[in-house]
Amino acid sequence: MLINIDEKIASSSLREARRKLDSAGGELTLDFSSVCRVDAVTLFELGNLARIAGEKSVKVVLRGANVDVYKVLKLTKLTQKFSFAN
Amino acid sequence: MSAIETLHEETLVPPAAESLAAERIAYLDSLVSQAKTAAAVFTQFTQEDVDRIVRAMVLAGLENAQDLARLAVEETRIGVMEDKVIKNMVASEFVYNFVKDKRTVGVIREFPERNLTEIAEPVGVLFSVTPITNPTSTVLFKCIVAVKTRNAVIFGPHPRAWRCCAEAVRIMYETAVKHGAPEGVFSCLESPTIPDNAYLMHHKDVAMIDATGGPGAVKAAYSSGKPALGVGAGNTPVYIEKTADLNTAVVDIIVSKTFDNGTICASEQTLVIDDEIFDSVLKKFADLGAHICGEKETRLLERTVIDPQTGFMQPLAVGQKATDIARFIGLEVEPNTKLLIAQINGVGREHPLSAEKLFPVLAVYRARSVSEALRVCIDVNHAGGLGHTAVIFSRNQDIIRKFGEVINAGRIIVNSPGSIGALGAVYNDLVPTFSFGCGTGGGNSTTDNVNIYHYLNIKRMARRTQNHMWFRVPNQIYFNMNAVENIRQFPSRSTIIVTNPALEQIGHVDIVRRNLPPETKVHVQVIPDAEPEMQVILEGVKALSFYKADQIVALGGGSVIDAAKIMKLKYESPDADLEELAAPFLDLRKRVVEYPTEKTNRARLIAVATTSGTGSEVTPFAVLTDKANGCKVTLADYSLSPDVAIVDPQFVMSMPKGLTADTGIDCLTHALEAGVSNYASPYTDSNAMQAIRLAFKYLPIAYENPRDEEARSMMHNAACIAAMAFSNASVGLNHALAHSFGARFGVAHGRANALFLPHVIAYNAAVPTKFMPSPYTQGYVAHKKYATVADLLGLSGHSIDEKVKNLIAVTEHLLDDLGFPRSIAELGISKEEFERAMPELVKNTFDDPAWRSNPRMPLMSEIAELFWKAYYGRTRPVTTTILEHQAL
Repeated sequence: MLINIDEKIASSSLREARRKLDSAGGELTLDFSSVCRVDAVTLFELGNLARIAGEKSVKVVLRGANVDVYKVLKLTKLTQKFSFAN
Repeated sequence: MSAIETLHEETLVPPAAESLAAERIAYLDSLVSQAKTAAAVFTQFTQEDVDRIVRAMVLAGLENAQDLARLAVEETRIGVMEDKVIKNMVASEFVYNFVKDKRTVGVIREFPERNLTEIAEPVGVLFSVTPITNPTSTVLFKCIVAVKTRNAVIFGPHPRAWRCCAEAVRIMYETAVKHGAPEGVFSCLESPTIPDNAYLMHHKDVAMIDATGGPGAVKAAYSSGKPALGVGAGNTPVYIEKTADLNTAVVDIIVSKTFDNGTICASEQTLVIDDEIFDSVLKKFADLGAHICGEKETRLLERTVIDPQTGFMQPLAVGQKATDIARFIGLEVEPNTKLLIAQINGVGREHPLSAEKLFPVLAVYRARSVSEALRVCIDVNHAGGLGHTAVIFSRNQDIIRKFGEVINAGRIIVNSPGSIGALGAVYNDLVPTFSFGCGTGGGNSTTDNVNIYHYLNIKRMARRTQNHMWFRVPNQIYFNMNAVENIRQFPSRSTIIVTNPALEQIGHVDIVRRNLPPETKVHVQVIPDAEPEMQVILEGVKALSFYKADQIVALGGGSVIDAAKIMKLKYESPDADLEELAAPFLDLRKRVVEYPTEKTNRARLIAVATTSGTGSEVTPFAVLTDKANGCKVTLADYSLSPDVAIVDPQFVMSMPKGLTADTGIDCLTHALEAGVSNYASPYTDSNAMQAIRLAFKYLPIAYENPRDEEARSMMHNAACIAAMAFSNASVGLNHALAHSFGARFGVAHGRANALFLPHVIAYNAAVPTKFMPSPYTQGYVAHKKYATVADLLGLSGHSIDEKVKNLIAVTEHLLDDLGFPRSIAELGISKEEFERAMPELVKNTFDDPAWRSNPRMPLMSEIAELFWKAYYGRTRPVTTTILEHQAL
């Protein structure tokens, strides 16, 4: 399952993604290619998503995340909770 | 030392002291004691002294480079002797090349244009930890840096390298002392232990710790409570991007990774290679003597050179040759193999070879995109190498820049070997060092290559700067009767006359109209309100746009001219945000907001004053009333000043008495405040004093005899001259009080000024509770300036106090003669209402920038006190008139 993440409404998109975990068939891909930067709320939602995905054994792939966003995720120790694809 | 201090000293037992024998403590104390004496003696040495000693030490280091290298390898069993010779030579010659011209004694730098001088102060006694990987080169480096900066050092070498370190210290010490360095400047612990280090790190006479060692030593240094320099662990990622010069890249990496068998912590650890070039890069490595491990060999390496328990490199492998490592773990390789290379698919504990490996083993990763490559480099960087070093081989400047932005490393080496590149001064212009700061990523206080400046306390001597001042007024001011005729010389297609209804009715608009060039199309914009608000401004801008005005004639008093100034601003720069432009500021030179310089339209502003007056025809200020919030908003910028000022007394002949008095006192207040302002200068003083003299002489006459042309003319000039003064020296507390009070209670500006004037003169002339913290204040002179005014007015007085009192008295007489209410209470404002308004009055006064040039800084309580003084004022007027005191 693929969900596009729009930077302007990233946090609500992530909450939406959380609701779709059960129907994701074991793997959920989030397209981050249009996200230039992430804020604290988005990080919070990512953390929530990772936690629930882990409980439901769903792999979450962040696709197209730029390297600046990756660095933020690295600093907040979120990279180990996701997979990354180009 | 007092008894209490002695007792305190005796009860301070460093943590490790309990585990040290008394003899050992005595030995360590003696090292510190002689170092402390040496450091004290050293402070007397000149730059020539230290440079002479350093040069001799460097030569000694070069002469003994080979012997020390041999000793180091023999003792530590780590590294390559030939490479250690090079390290010793770099530590001597290259470091000398950097330091030789640097001033490190006395005045080291001067910035005459900033009146700043930097002066060096040695640190004192350093306790320096040195590593096993670069034992003698680190000692040579630190000895040279220490002597150059007049510091003494006690060395705490690695226990497995203490003999070669001790020898290096001996050579440096003997050379230094022979050439004049104080005895005891260097010493080296014999058979050092951790308790020794801990004791010295906490010793009261050790000023700073320089820990070039493992994480334990660095942590101990930073935890000691003393200033410390430390280093961090490295795990250098290397990105070989597809545009790289691959031949150079491969050789550079081999040079770097095999240098001293990979013991420099900046050496390459994981190569991240673009997919397009991955295979060709590995082939080049293989062709030049690297062994590319297959899968089984990689697994073997993983479980042998990396400790599976800790995930760190096996200590026994550190600094060993590739062939020795291969033989030791049972890997078959060619005899001349330089490197062992193994492919990894990720970073972390599950990929053991992604850890730091201070031996000739490299991990390689195939990256399928630039994003992936950078991500993996970040991962390696974060896996134990934060703040240390990173390397990129590329010819793509955008990618190189991005790499630099996302990797947290103190040294980002481009297209050169990592280890020797990071040392500095060999492949690049980094400062040469043997101590790499890793910043907060590595738990250090700096990312610098540690050098002489870290061994100095730099003192900065700051001499008082004299800010340049200015005197800015419109460059065209036409005065005297019929001066308005001069507007004929200004061509205009479309002129808007901004004025008020009264002036239109009494025919002043027609006078202006008659004097405009005949071809000019003229329109009149009437401002209905005496204190215009934003809506009026916007309507004016609409008119300016509609008629495509290229000239504005502001005909009126301060409100009209101020309104015209703001209309012009908005007309010329429609996007100007007036609220932002009215933002408070402390120093005009440093203000945050910038007034617009880009102009969509251009209009000349001619100000024709019809009061004597605010002087707005020459000032850079414009005041807008915000009735909703009960305050005034002030815009201040020299771009607001009118282009032309017309000071024509014909426009004031019919001013009613009340207006004459109000505007006249406003003029006098401007002049008095400009006269005592912190920004006063000889330029503004001459204007202020002249305006004061004219106002005291002519205002009563103009008030009593409004048809007196000379009096009207002189008062009109006085208002303009006073404005020229305060346009450059600003006003003061009187205006801040008047603004606040006037806006809150709807009292005309001049009248409001009058209520406070005598009280503010007395306040300013008294010794301040708080002096104004302004660089423009040169001593306290307000009382003397008031006395000068008294002299100018011919008032009597034998002392400054008497003269000030007389000035206050004559001011009060003037106010009486002009029929001003002498207290706020007289205006019918009840005490209760005034008391209720007090917090807001005080706050708005303090928020008003007008007082910032006041000679005395007003406290909130003093502002309140002044309000109450003005409230009660005087209960009856004085009967004698100013004319009886006429001596002008």
